[in-house]
Amino acid sequence: MSVRETAAPDAIPAAHADTRYEMVVGLEVHVQLLTRTKAFCLCATNFGAPPNSNVCPVCLGLPGALPVLNERVVDLALRAATALECRLHETSVFARKNYFYPDLPKGYQISQYDRPLATEGHLAIENAAGEATSAVRITRIHIEEDAGKSIHDRFAGASAIDLNRAGVPLIEIVTEPDLRSAAAAGAYLRTLKQLLEYLEVSDVNMEEGSLRVDANVSARPVGAATLGTKTELKNLNSFSAVERALDAEFARQCDLLDRGQRVVQQTMLWDAGSSTVRPARSKEESHDYRYFPDPDLPPLVVSADRIAQIRRHLPELPAARRARYRSAFGLNAYDSEVLTASKSLGDYFEDAVRAHNDPKTVANWVMGEVRAALNASKREIDQFPVRPADLAELLDLLARDTVSGTAAKRIFALMIESGRGAAEIAQREGLLQVRDDTALRDWIEQVVVEHETEATRCAKGERKLLGVLVGFVMKKSKGRADPRRVNQLLAERLGV
Amino acid sequence: MPAKSARDLVAAAFERANVVHAGSEGLNAILWSDPEAAHNEAAKVDRRLANGEAGPLAGVPVVVKDNIATIGSPTTCGSRILDGYRSPFEATAIRRLRDAGVIVIAKTNLDEFAMGSSTEFSAFGRTKHPLDASLVPGGSSGGSAAAVAAGITRVGLGSETGGSVRQPAAFCGVVGVKPTYGRVSRFGLIAFASSLDQIGVFGTTVDDAAQVLRVIAGHDPRDATSLDFPVPDYDERLPDLRGVVVGRPREYFPDQLDPRIAELCDRALDRFRELGATVRDVSLPNTELAIPAYYIIAPAEASSNLARFDGVRYGLRVTDHGLRGMYEATRSNGFGPEVTRRILLGTYVLSAGYYDAYYATAMRARTLIERDFADTFQSGIDVLFTPTTPTPAFPAGSKSDPYEMYLSDIFTVTANLAGIPGLSLPIGRVGGLPAGGQLLAPHFGEARMFAVARALEQALGGEAHR
Repeated sequence: MSVRETAAPDAIPAAHADTRYEMVVGLEVHVQLLTRTKAFCLCATNFGAPPNSNVCPVCLGLPGALPVLNERVVDLALRAATALECRLHETSVFARKNYFYPDLPKGYQISQYDRPLATEGHLAIENAAGEATSAVRITRIHIEEDAGKSIHDRFAGASAIDLNRAGVPLIEIVTEPDLRSAAAAGAYLRTLKQLLEYLEVSDVNMEEGSLRVDANVSARPVGAATLGTKTELKNLNSFSAVERALDAEFARQCDLLDRGQRVVQQTMLWDAGSSTVRPARSKEESHDYRYFPDPDLPPLVVSADRIAQIRRHLPELPAARRARYRSAFGLNAYDSEVLTASKSLGDYFEDAVRAHNDPKTVANWVMGEVRAALNASKREIDQFPVRPADLAELLDLLARDTVSGTAAKRIFALMIESGRGAAEIAQREGLLQVRDDTALRDWIEQVVVEHETEATRCAKGERKLLGVLVGFVMKKSKGRADPRRVNQLLAERLGV
Repeated sequence: MPAKSARDLVAAAFERANVVHAGSEGLNAILWSDPEAAHNEAAKVDRRLANGEAGPLAGVPVVVKDNIATIGSPTTCGSRILDGYRSPFEATAIRRLRDAGVIVIAKTNLDEFAMGSSTEFSAFGRTKHPLDASLVPGGSSGGSAAAVAAGITRVGLGSETGGSVRQPAAFCGVVGVKPTYGRVSRFGLIAFASSLDQIGVFGTTVDDAAQVLRVIAGHDPRDATSLDFPVPDYDERLPDLRGVVVGRPREYFPDQLDPRIAELCDRALDRFRELGATVRDVSLPNTELAIPAYYIIAPAEASSNLARFDGVRYGLRVTDHGLRGMYEATRSNGFGPEVTRRILLGTYVLSAGYYDAYYATAMRARTLIERDFADTFQSGIDVLFTPTTPTPAFPAGSKSDPYEMYLSDIFTVTANLAGIPGLSLPIGRVGGLPAGGQLLAPHFGEARMFAVARALEQALGGEAHR
């Protein structure tokens, strides 16, 4: 997570920006809601099911079938709107967005138009110090259903349609044109993604299409009060694609303006292969959608009680959690951010702290060993074999000097491999710290003999060699010797 | 109703269908029937009867308008665009009927997608009036109306968007009921204009229709617009109509009304008075807005509802150059002229820049019409009485101007716009042709509407068909 790395949106200049022009960006983010069933029927929403297997008369648009709203959709949408501090509308209206396309079974998409669920929210973006430096205004959040998927490259001379996705619930989150750089857009998206993940309203997985971004971008002379003509960027399949596409399109617009030409309002498609934008064909252009209220669905009325309920059950959000890590655990801004990057990582950290009350040490282990192991195994924290209590057990051994730091790392590796507990491994592998003076003196004698030169020089006053000799002893003990005691005994032995 | 076995009732219905030539060579009321399947189903009902498990309408044969989804038969909507389509699910109303022991013996003809008032606009040819083959039976549920009028079954299902049950009921001399919007599930009714559509019932008598409505009414979790409101028995019989106030809205008795129909209405109003009812003149001043509002709202919704018939997933597909060519060829070939006209009209009124001028304005007019009724019922009127249609059945092909055809719904569309229940019952004949009188009641006022209708039906007796 790199929310902080992008810092204040206006502090970062766009990569290709002509210093005479300013980039103005607004984003439209489609988020698939985390429901078991579709928005208006009982079909499953799981990703990767065989084509056209999660379908029924309703989402196939068979004649006579009718939509019935899944109330879970409303709850999740309200949760997102509440967290984005929107004005929630007691009454919102489903509307039909009419257009013909083979993956749109009814010939219209159920959406919300002039009376959306929520309006006028905002999302704060933080800088590296964890301070909210800017707020992106949210214009609106509305509920809609997804269309199916057209597959054009599978069969020669024919397109295939998979309607599993048809009717899957989405919310669209639209911002005001408040973003001034590609980096700012990236920061907004990463902050939003993290928030939605914390809220458990979505998988926010761009590869599976559960989060999709369109960007509206225009250029205007620095200092101008009015907005330039915008274009809409589509086909943005990662956050970095969003940023690169914005820079490319901004550069194209600046170039046009420099040459005294006009920007044409149109849809541009990002081509990740060539890192360029190209105009969409006219049929991918905007339609007259002939919106009107969907007569199959009564207006959506949400009671004040329901909203209060949602608000009460809102989880702790990332910004609040970061602040708490700084104040309650005494962590710095950087550590707080890394540990709260995902809700599950933060939960892991806190569970471990609950069992081993030394936040700084736990933080170091989670940020260091745990994250490295996750990266190496490409695993998610939820599937990590060393659970927070297991880590705490290990850190307890370490804190009591029962095992050395070196041994602890070895034990940790074995815990991942075997799934066994720290104490058991330490015992079985003989990694418990040795503090028995007889055994330690034995190793010291051997080292003094084997490294006579160093021992003699040290005894004669080259004190810095003491550390080297301690290292030899540690090595001989396979890391089990208590280094502090070795240090004392070795100093005694050499008379320094 | 049933005293005979289900098999006897079904056999009698098919025999009658043969006698009256209900098929495509004759009345052309029936688009599909399967005597063997119906017989087998009847045998099952008879077994249930023998075990004492049969429902309240065990063995009653019914005809069903072919825009209501049934399993085991095609569901065509009277259109070529649904060529070869078979619904994998059944309408809630049909399920409830089958659970009650009713046997669906036929799917009946209709104006394509229920768009029409004469059953002339079916891809499968026009339905003829049972009394005079040169006349129309009304529409769009003309097939069911003609089948019931011809005595094939005592009851049938139709659908209403602007009068498509009440108007053909009046033309054919049977009882036709349009329930309150939300009273009967629309699940499985192929949508024409969703905010106006309701499944309606034909009956030989008020009782027949009331019993069927009782079975199909009630909340359905699969239709978000169906309302959770208790379903009464609809069997109330009043000894007289003392204390009942019948409103006579002057806008429904215009100069253009056939004077012979006006006379029959006066006779019916006299019967009401004789029964002890108070008849009061009332005004519904926004009535004149109904036809224009209806012909904006209904086509607008239809243009969207019919977008799914695109040749991609089911029904007719006519290939041509590319995707767009396929869409155009399929829809141009699949839809008839009246459906095409309404899709174009609806698409136009919803277009950017026209929405406020047309759709939004029509919705305001609709609110005014609703308020007219609400005010009237609030002022102490129990039911309104009007003619169902301005004229009796007209000759086929006589209304070549679409607007003239639209005017035959002038007294019925208001109930659909306001969502209130309405009922047409025979009140006499004009030149040998049936004329209908209409009762309109407040939302969910069906029980009172049926009680008043029964009282009038009884008071008129044989006059209703003279």
